[in-house]
Amino acid sequence: MTTGALPVNFDFVPALPEIALLVGACVVLLVDLVLPETRRSWSYWLTQLVVVSTAWLSLYVFHEAPAHTFGNTFIADTLADVLKFLSCVTVALTLAYSRSYLAARGLFRGETFALMMFALLGMMVMISANHFLLLYLGLELMSLSLYAMIALQRDSGQAVEAAMKYFVLGALASGLLLYGMSMIYGATGTLDVARVATTVFAGGVNKTMLAFGLVFVVSAIAFKLGAVPYHMWLPDVYEGAPTAMTLFVGSAPKLAAFGFMTRLLVGSLAAMAFDWQGMLLILSLLSMIAGNVIAISQTNIKRMLAYSTIANMGYMLMGFLAANINGYSAAMFYTITYVMTTLVSFGMVLLLSRAGFEADQLDDFKGLNQRSPWYAFLMLLTMFSLAGIPPTVGFYAKFAVIEAAVDVGLVWLAVVAVMASLIGAFYYLRIVKLMYFDDPVDDAPLEARSDTRVLLSINGLALLLLGIFPQWLLGMCVVALTRSY
Amino acid sequence: MSFIWHPTLTHYLVLGAILFAISVIGIFLNRRNVILMLMAIELMLLAVNLNFIAFSHYLNDPAGQVFVFFILTVAAAESAIGLAILVLLFRTVRSIDVEDLSTLKH
Repeated sequence: MTTGALPVNFDFVPALPEIALLVGACVVLLVDLVLPETRRSWSYWLTQLVVVSTAWLSLYVFHEAPAHTFGNTFIADTLADVLKFLSCVTVALTLAYSRSYLAARGLFRGETFALMMFALLGMMVMISANHFLLLYLGLELMSLSLYAMIALQRDSGQAVEAAMKYFVLGALASGLLLYGMSMIYGATGTLDVARVATTVFAGGVNKTMLAFGLVFVVSAIAFKLGAVPYHMWLPDVYEGAPTAMTLFVGSAPKLAAFGFMTRLLVGSLAAMAFDWQGMLLILSLLSMIAGNVIAISQTNIKRMLAYSTIANMGYMLMGFLAANINGYSAAMFYTITYVMTTLVSFGMVLLLSRAGFEADQLDDFKGLNQRSPWYAFLMLLTMFSLAGIPPTVGFYAKFAVIEAAVDVGLVWLAVVAVMASLIGAFYYLRIVKLMYFDDPVDDAPLEARSDTRVLLSINGLALLLLGIFPQWLLGMCVVALTRSY
Repeated sequence: MSFIWHPTLTHYLVLGAILFAISVIGIFLNRRNVILMLMAIELMLLAVNLNFIAFSHYLNDPAGQVFVFFILTVAAAESAIGLAILVLLFRTVRSIDVEDLSTLKH
């Protein structure tokens, strides 16, 4: 924000996807109000239409060179377009997978759809923010919607408890972020992401104050990603929230968090890379080890996948802390493929659940092969991908981040990462063993809508295809990051 | 005692840091009730606001004060959601003790 003169550039085109999504969310809220209970699926399809059009619009306004608008507070570049497109697709898939689950629990309501769209809007603002204020507002819009979404299942003590824990720790993370931002503001005298970068590069700023602010900002990012030691909310939220909301919390926000981290650490504090590399190194190391080790003792699959998320965020950070384009691209590739994998893994939990049955125990996966060989195969692909077994995409993603770490001389970290993923392979392969070598506890036929089946199958097979042909996606990540930074 | 009449930036920052520390302690050491936690969160945002205003005045740049208005607005929305969740919590668990928030453990 400039002092004195009013911002001159007020171009609305770069923000077209956000504007369309906001209008669409308001329309869904209004339309849902007048729809009778029997026509509830209309608001669902309207939501899908809005989310898919937003995805299309993010590609329609595709930017080869960064475009700034609203007084340089908003930036639209290739990185933002790609991440926004993927977030929209992720939310659309989340909605499709959770439809039956929500309907069986009385959550198939306009509020759910509106909150999901507002959360998506918050993510898109985070991804496109070029000003500390916008970063904060996007983060809060996303987080507040997520707290409310989890608490929507009002009669479930677990869901409400999870919402409360998420709320308190999320608010603490926002407080840390703001405190860090205030210190950076004090040291540099500006809140504009790009101008913070130029001021720091130019030198002459109070390095102590800046480093102090950086610690708080990195802590807040670690909170949002769920990296150890800021992970305590994650297992409780994943377990307590209704599975559809767990899927939402575990997927698209990770893409937004990556965008957020890139804007803050690469966009504005690249000159402090030496300082934040050390912090990310500790976060990454602890997350990989603690996440994988604690996941072994879990019997609840949602909680197990929560610890798996913590470990995976550790791998992602390992790529990011290389602090060069290869490292960032590897981290972005890791985030994107991890989100795709999460969609399938929680999609399977949603598929196995039905009214009055959550399918959230490991034992519920016993003998899945006898009940449905195809879904067992999809789950097998997912588990192989999470464990990093070739030819699934998880192998290539892990390979890319490890390569990035080795390139900057962190061979020991790469060795720890490989050891941690060997530990992790145990609990992923245990699910494969349960599915293929045990007898089913529960013989109820698997019922799923045909659109869910098709989308879940495509999503699962994409994990295999991307594992065989990873180059185009990795190439896209490199191009997006090179054009922006 | 000159700082009472002539407070400098450092004094405001120290006050902000003390308030921030009190609020973090309030969140982590408070084992009694959730309302105190919500109050600690509000205090944390106010500590940050104090920082922003002090810097804004010191740097002679209004952007920091504009930021504070947005933080205040978001804080209002945040406490509305926090209290709403608290009401739900009391309805389902019949308690607002932090100790009772422990059904989700491995």
